[in-house]
Amino acid sequence: MSGDVNRDSNRSGAFVVSEGRRKMQKAARTAGESILLLIASFVAIVVLFIFYFVAVDAVPYFQQRGFAEFFTSSNWYPAGDPGEFGALAIIYGTGMVTLGSALLAVPMGIAAAVCLSDILPFSVRQYAKPVIEMLAAIPSVAFGFFALVILAPLLQTSGGPMLMWVWWILAGPFLLLAVIVGSDLLTAGIEEPVRRKRYATMLQVLFTLLAFLVLYVVGSQLNGMQILTGTNALNVSIILSFMALPTIVSVAEDSLQSVGRELREGSYALGATRAETLVKTVLPAASSGILAAVILGIMRSLGETMVVWMASGNSSHIPDPWYNYLEAVRTLTATIAGDMGEADQVTGSARYHVLFAMGLLLLVISFISNLISERIVVRQRKILSGQ
Amino acid sequence: MKRMLMLALAALMLMGTEVSAAGNGIVIDGSTTVGPIAKSFAAYFTKRYGVPVTVSESGSGNGAKSLINGACDIAAMSRDMKTQEIAAARKKGIQPVAHVAALDGIAIVVHPSNPVRGLTKAQIAGIYQGRYTNWREVGGPNSRIVVIQRESNSGTQESFKTLVTGKAVPIMPRAESQASNGAVKSRVSTTPSAIGFIGMGFLDSSVRAVPVDGVKPSVASIRSGTYKLSRKLYFYTSGQPTGSIKQFLALPSTADGRRIISELGFISQ
Repeated sequence: MSGDVNRDSNRSGAFVVSEGRRKMQKAARTAGESILLLIASFVAIVVLFIFYFVAVDAVPYFQQRGFAEFFTSSNWYPAGDPGEFGALAIIYGTGMVTLGSALLAVPMGIAAAVCLSDILPFSVRQYAKPVIEMLAAIPSVAFGFFALVILAPLLQTSGGPMLMWVWWILAGPFLLLAVIVGSDLLTAGIEEPVRRKRYATMLQVLFTLLAFLVLYVVGSQLNGMQILTGTNALNVSIILSFMALPTIVSVAEDSLQSVGRELREGSYALGATRAETLVKTVLPAASSGILAAVILGIMRSLGETMVVWMASGNSSHIPDPWYNYLEAVRTLTATIAGDMGEADQVTGSARYHVLFAMGLLLLVISFISNLISERIVVRQRKILSGQ
Repeated sequence: MKRMLMLALAALMLMGTEVSAAGNGIVIDGSTTVGPIAKSFAAYFTKRYGVPVTVSESGSGNGAKSLINGACDIAAMSRDMKTQEIAAARKKGIQPVAHVAALDGIAIVVHPSNPVRGLTKAQIAGIYQGRYTNWREVGGPNSRIVVIQRESNSGTQESFKTLVTGKAVPIMPRAESQASNGAVKSRVSTTPSAIGFIGMGFLDSSVRAVPVDGVKPSVASIRSGTYKLSRKLYFYTSGQPTGSIKQFLALPSTADGRRIISELGFISQ
């Protein structure tokens, strides 16, 4: 076939030109494609190489000391003689601040994304989104400095009242809602309308008093609380949640936007209110994107180093009691950053390799959570497309 | 073609000048405690002799590492070089030589509002090892003690362990770690129930230095040796220094060098 074309083109000059051009275009396309392929595979290879080299330096640690100490002991004395390398408390601290920041950032981030995409008028959104995304541009050392120099002393001097206000603002609306819904539910069985209404009012008054009592008692407990040290898990969780927010908001908002007008208008056409449309149509349709946003945000706080190094207090013990966010903790990333200076291949080998074991652990955790989120996204897509 | 050759030549020449500049200059790496001395000396030296001096502060351990790997000319260290480090250096054919830069006291600092009068060395060790957890037990108010130490790559930490707590009982895991003298000072100055330790040169009115065994840290008490928590600060070189490095290392004993050291709050030998 190509031979025919060649022969044809040989006959007329015009064809010769376009033939040469066609060849050039083909060559350019092949070159472009192979360059792109090269870049893509380069990125993949870089990931594999990082994995490989971290693992190569992590293995000697486990060969020397086994797995038990690393995962079950919390005696972290790398500079001791002989050193002890129990990382349990450090792993726990990492989990604690990651969970804490996720608890703060995920609801806030999703709420902000919904607000940006479906509630605010377009003109406001145009300005609001770049401002939120600007949070991502702040260097982490600046966040760390803020946490160490401003937030930590603030928590120490007025942490109790701050916690009380947060409790009031968060719990107040919920309790109010619970009062209304609860009293309606409890009186739903009463047939007669007048009596039902009377009972409902009585219950509402009673419940409101109770709710205020709860608000007040817990609030004053929090108000009287003295935070001993401001460089603690709470401080870091707050700062990390701010650092994870722009990622979550931006990605979640994009996926909410990509749901499209048709679905929203279809829902409105069926008589759904704005809230119903949001909760029952838009959010489920965007759920895979939102999940990706959440995972990205959590990865951000898992991997953050500078802030936790500066503001977590770096004390390698499991808080007492275990859920006490007001105590100092230490994370894997901060330990790697803090100990790398002294540990090197020349002077101490277990001390050097244990840091790579921590790096490998971080890599494995993020790898697994990425895989899980990938699976969920794929499944979600299948459900949504009705397969 | 000619232009490209010219360009390449120009690039080569630029690279050449850069290399020679680095070759003439002095590179110092190491302790954050010795850092201020090294930086002031560097500024003075560059102004006086026109030799560029770069100073990085990455901790005593890193300084030793840099010297062993040949990445710096002078390692600033706030502790003696360890036997393993010396062994590692010898293995690479380097003979580390110590030069005393200055004397430094480690000050035990508390919040200015803390009424505690003084501590004994045993009490300080007890606080850091977790035997005392409340200020009441050592003559202070009824409040839990927030214990602040340095990261493991710090020379001050190393000296503190040698001078105060000893090797037998480690510092408790609950103790918080900070990355620099400045960070410890900032934490102590903002935390009423904190205790920390910093180099003498970093003392100011934002924190209060506690007398140890009844002796206040001061120039006189450190020179005379009555203040127990004092140490020598070193510049380490590989082999006996020559040329501009030798000139640089003579600074601590000159009149200007002594003035710089005392202005920074350290004590010249």
